Amino acid sequence: MTEFRTPYLTYDVLDKWDTPSWNDQTRAAIKHRLEQVPTRQFLSEEQWSLLEDIVRRLIPQPDREEPVPIVPWIDAMLYANQTPGFRYADMPPMQDAWRRGLDAIAAEARNRHGMDFHELSGADQDALLEDVQHNRVESRYWGDLPAGGFFSHHLLKDVVGIYYSHPSAWSEIGFGGPASPRGYARLGFDEHDPWEAVELDKADA
Amino acid sequence: MLDVAEPRAVDGRAPDVFRAGKWVPMRCYSDEEEVDFAIVGTGAGGGTLACKLAEAGFSVVAFDAGPFWRPLEDFVSDERYQGGLYWTDKRITGGADPVELGSNNSGRGVGGSTVHYTMIALRWRPEWFQCKSRLGYGRDWPISFDELEPYYEEAEEALKISGPISYPWGRRRKRYPYRAHPVNSAGLVLARGCEKIGINWSPIPLATLSAPRGMAHPCVYRGFCAYGCSTNAKQSVLVTFIPRAIQAGAEIRDLAMVGRVEMSERGRATGVLYHRHGKWHRQQARNVVVAGYAIESPRLLLNSKCKQFPDGLANENGLVGTHIMIHSGPGVWGYMDEEVRCYRAPPCMAVTEHWNYDDSDKKDFTGGYAFMSQGPLPVGWAQDLAVQRNLWGMKLRQEMTRYNHVAGLRIVGETEPRPNNRVEVAEEKDRFGLQIPRMTFSYSDNDKRLIEHSKGSMRAVLEAAGAKELWDDVDTSHLMGGCRMGDDPKDSVVDRDGRSWSIPNLWICDGSLFPTSGGVNPSLTIQALACRMGDRISAMAKRGEL
Repeated sequence: MTEFRTPYLTYDVLDKWDTPSWNDQTRAAIKHRLEQVPTRQFLSEEQWSLLEDIVRRLIPQPDREEPVPIVPWIDAMLYANQTPGFRYADMPPMQDAWRRGLDAIAAEARNRHGMDFHELSGADQDALLEDVQHNRVESRYWGDLPAGGFFSHHLLKDVVGIYYSHPSAWSEIGFGGPASPRGYARLGFDEHDPWEAVELDKADA
Repeated sequence: MLDVAEPRAVDGRAPDVFRAGKWVPMRCYSDEEEVDFAIVGTGAGGGTLACKLAEAGFSVVAFDAGPFWRPLEDFVSDERYQGGLYWTDKRITGGADPVELGSNNSGRGVGGSTVHYTMIALRWRPEWFQCKSRLGYGRDWPISFDELEPYYEEAEEALKISGPISYPWGRRRKRYPYRAHPVNSAGLVLARGCEKIGINWSPIPLATLSAPRGMAHPCVYRGFCAYGCSTNAKQSVLVTFIPRAIQAGAEIRDLAMVGRVEMSERGRATGVLYHRHGKWHRQQARNVVVAGYAIESPRLLLNSKCKQFPDGLANENGLVGTHIMIHSGPGVWGYMDEEVRCYRAPPCMAVTEHWNYDDSDKKDFTGGYAFMSQGPLPVGWAQDLAVQRNLWGMKLRQEMTRYNHVAGLRIVGETEPRPNNRVEVAEEKDRFGLQIPRMTFSYSDNDKRLIEHSKGSMRAVLEAAGAKELWDDVDTSHLMGGCRMGDDPKDSVVDRDGRSWSIPNLWICDGSLFPTSGGVNPSLTIQALACRMGDRISAMAKRGEL
């Protein structure tokens, strides 16, 4: 699957910016997210660029001229060591897990194909990532870092979490977005307020 | 991300949670002044008890490791930004079924986890307090439903719970203070399914306003409840018991991490050592109440070990930190033909407690579960699809466009109290130099049978409601146990009043008191226990028994 279709063609959650659905503190937080994209502070250049390649497989955005930035926010999260508040007993601390996990994926690519990850075809990149997800890896590159644990608990979860924190992602799934002080008045099946997204086929009808 | 760097409740005033930029006067005590009660934690247990004790005339200082939020100004309508609401200090989670901590069950800030909870305000099934003698499993609590019933009523009144005219389960009760909310479409899926298969359902009694209260407006159904309420409709401890406590003369110390309970040579607690404004301080107190929830309370008792108590405080029998329980939380999800838009209104608005009250032999497990309708927001939902359904790439983006048709159910499932499910302290230190907690958890065979049974029930209800392409996931909620109450000093940490068996001026007041976990959300029961403890302590003080 390479093509992306959304039933919310005309909906843009940012159109509500100046409406009662958004308050000052929400505008400030989202403005920061849209305009203050951080620069590299934690990952090495090689790790950063490998992560860009991986992110293109996990959250492809061929439909966008300017993709939603993901890697800069992961780097910022790692730099600030913003952990989720726990680590699994078999996992190293978050920053170590990311550094070691990315380096291990780079090594897996070179070992399997004699090439860097970015030189592989999309299908080969996906196959490699699936193997990482299911722990089908060379232990010499991973040591005691569980490959599947790194993939699910860190890599995939954070990449997906950052993408769906972006207004463009809210718009394409028809999510109402920020809703304070104004929330919603209509709560029933097939009902929506005038400030909510409308599905394509319903708009046509 | 949401963050407050410096304490706000200082110099004789505290933030006014109801008015932007305003303050309320607050009595402040010096460290040398021996107060009647130092309370560690200001959530459902500690915040409620601070109010009760201050209103009874005791001098009270209540500490919280997190900030004193101003909900109207601080809280943003955003999942990611609100990540600052949760306890994110170092913790390790292990065992065969390691429990996700942080946003899943651990708040940090004045008001505790009630700031991010989903406001479900259910009483326990009366028989559960004596589940061993009346239902044949688990263990009996040292108190009965009869003893707690007036305090359930007190807590419900204090929170102006919005509930249905009649609730189908449990003992007959008086009307809820406020009328029920209209049930959203996500809840109507549960209702429709239950009616089709012939079991009861109910709108959930919720701690969010259905009519104005003081300066707070009714709930506007914005749906970000699990990320903090920016309108004060949610009746968290932060906007209910805390303002009352301050009004009655209690001091709330925010961004104050308590590192140990200090002990005298004679084996009595003398106060607490706490970190605030970048350094350590000592607050003198005649009584210390530990109310940090099921991980931090055992951790504090263990980290307070000293010459007289080499294994930690109140731990002569080795029970501190043991018998930790969670609620299992598998979910079943599907797609409806109709638009559901589950992001609107509180995430859980309809419930069935059918399997909490079913004692028939059709169940192949002991204990109970309730399930509720669900309202995940995009980040949480996408992560669930990615991590649990292995969806990524364009498949994930495409699947997410069906978000507005998603309907789901999730249980609050009882787990058994077991000694090896526990909290210990690891050698590793946190930013304060304190040993960090390590939690170990594994489901029992009975827990696993309950989970499987519940998936079948949820599937039947969702299918009957018309949901298609069903799939299930795993999750958990809540923390309970670790300092259980009892009538026998040999097999409990504290007595029926939350008083430690071995240190008479050391008390515990939070979810760690629970000997068993029940099949509903714990917050209302924690608050009822705290209201009861407040009255018990006042009565004991009058008799000179403190």
